[in-house]
Amino acid sequence: MLEVSNLACSRGDHRLFSGLSFALHPGQIMQVQGENGSGKTSLLRTLCGFLMPDEGDIAWRGERIRDLDEAYYAEMLYLGHLNAIKDELSALENLRISAGLSGVELDEREAMAALRRIGLRGRERLPTKVLSQGQRRRVALARLLVSAARLWVLDEPLTALDVGAVALIQELIAEHLARQGMVIFTTHQPLQVAGVEMRSLSLS
Amino acid sequence: MKKSTLFGLLVLVIRRDLLLAMRRRADVLTTLIFFVMVVSLFPLGVGPEMDMLRKMSAGVLWVAALLSSMLSLGRLFSADYLDGTLEQMMLAPQSLSMLVLGKIAAHWMVSGLPLVLMAPVLGVQFDMPAQALGVLIIGLLLGTPVLSMIGAIGAALTLGLRGGGVLLSLLVLPLCIPVLIFGTGAVEAVSTGLSAVSHLSLLGALLMLALVFTPWVTAQALRISME
Repeated sequence: MLEVSNLACSRGDHRLFSGLSFALHPGQIMQVQGENGSGKTSLLRTLCGFLMPDEGDIAWRGERIRDLDEAYYAEMLYLGHLNAIKDELSALENLRISAGLSGVELDEREAMAALRRIGLRGRERLPTKVLSQGQRRRVALARLLVSAARLWVLDEPLTALDVGAVALIQELIAEHLARQGMVIFTTHQPLQVAGVEMRSLSLS
Repeated sequence: MKKSTLFGLLVLVIRRDLLLAMRRRADVLTTLIFFVMVVSLFPLGVGPEMDMLRKMSAGVLWVAALLSSMLSLGRLFSADYLDGTLEQMMLAPQSLSMLVLGKIAAHWMVSGLPLVLMAPVLGVQFDMPAQALGVLIIGLLLGTPVLSMIGAIGAALTLGLRGGGVLLSLLVLPLCIPVLIFGTGAVEAVSTGLSAVSHLSLLGALLMLALVFTPWVTAQALRISME
C-alpha cells in the first residue's frame, strides 16, 4: 500500500501544497481534484520520484520509495500527459517496446490481443504518425492491459478519448481494483467505476 | 508474458534505437556526409602538396570525427525527452545506467562506427601509408566510443535547454581533448618509426574508465534534467 505523510511540494518559489497525508490501500481508487495549476500533476510526478518533495515521505509497503527505487518501479505504472510513443514505429512495436521497458516481454500474439481490445483492430501495423490523437492515446493506454503493476498513476487518462474508450477504461480500472490493485488519477471528465467507493483528494 | 532481464533490456534499447535510426536515415547520413565534407575541404584549402597532406592527415581526420560526433549528440536524448519515453525509462524496474549504456551503444553504432569505416577511404585521399592507416582505425575504434560517452553526459545536462546545441559543444569539446591527443599521437608515432602501443593503451584505458563511469553520471544528469 501507498502511504504519503506530510508531503510538501513547490515549483520555483511557489508552494503548491503542504502537509498532505493520505494512504491508499489495495482495491482503492483515489481521484486528485483541483483547479489548473493546483499541483495535481506535480503530486503524481512526486509519487513517481521525478520530483523531490520539499518535506515529507512517500512509502510503499512501509518503506520509503527513495530506498526501494527499482523494486518500487517494478510495481507501479505511470501514464502522463505525454504518450511516450514514437511516430516512426507501429502501434505493435510501440506497445512491445514500452512493455519491455517496464520489465514485461510481450510476444506478438499478446501485443496484438491487447491492441484489439483497446480498439485498434486493423491498425496494429500502421506507423503511429498516421493515427488520430485519440488512437495514439489508445496505444499508450494499451499498456494498462499488459501491465503487472499493482499501483496505477494516471494523469488525465481520458484526454482525447471518445465515449466508447472512456467506458473501456472504466472497465479496465474496475478489473484492476478487483485484482486488489490501486489507482490514483486526475481527470476533468466524469469517471465512474461500478461498485467501488471513489475517494477524492482536493488540492487548493 | 515473462519478465525481462538486465541484458534483455540492454538489447531491447539498442534494437529500438537502431530501428528508429533506420526509419530516420537522413539523420545518420548528415553526420557521415559532414565528416566526409570537412575532411575533403582541407586538401582544397591548403593545396595539393603531398608531404604536407600526409603530415596533417591524422589530425584532420580526428578533428573532423570530433566535430561530426558533436553534430549528432543533441539528438541522443532529446526525442525521448519530448515524447515522454524518457520518463518511462526512468520508471523501468532496472538500472537507468544500463538503459543509458544501451542508448550510447546504439548512438555510437549509427554515428561513430560509420566514421571509423569511412576513415580509411579518406586516409587514402591524404596518401597515408598502410601502417599509419591501420593505427588510425584502431585509434578511432577505441576513441569514438569515448566521444559518445563523454558527449552523453553533456547531452543529458543540456536536455530541454534552448540553444542547448552550442552549449553542449562548449561543454564537451574540452573534455575530448585527451582522446584527440592520444589518437593523433599514435599515428604520429608510427609515421616516425616508433611504436604506437603506448598511445593506444592510453586510449584503451580512457575507454574502460568511460565505460565504468559515464553511464552512471549520465543517468544522474538525466534525473536532474527531469525535475
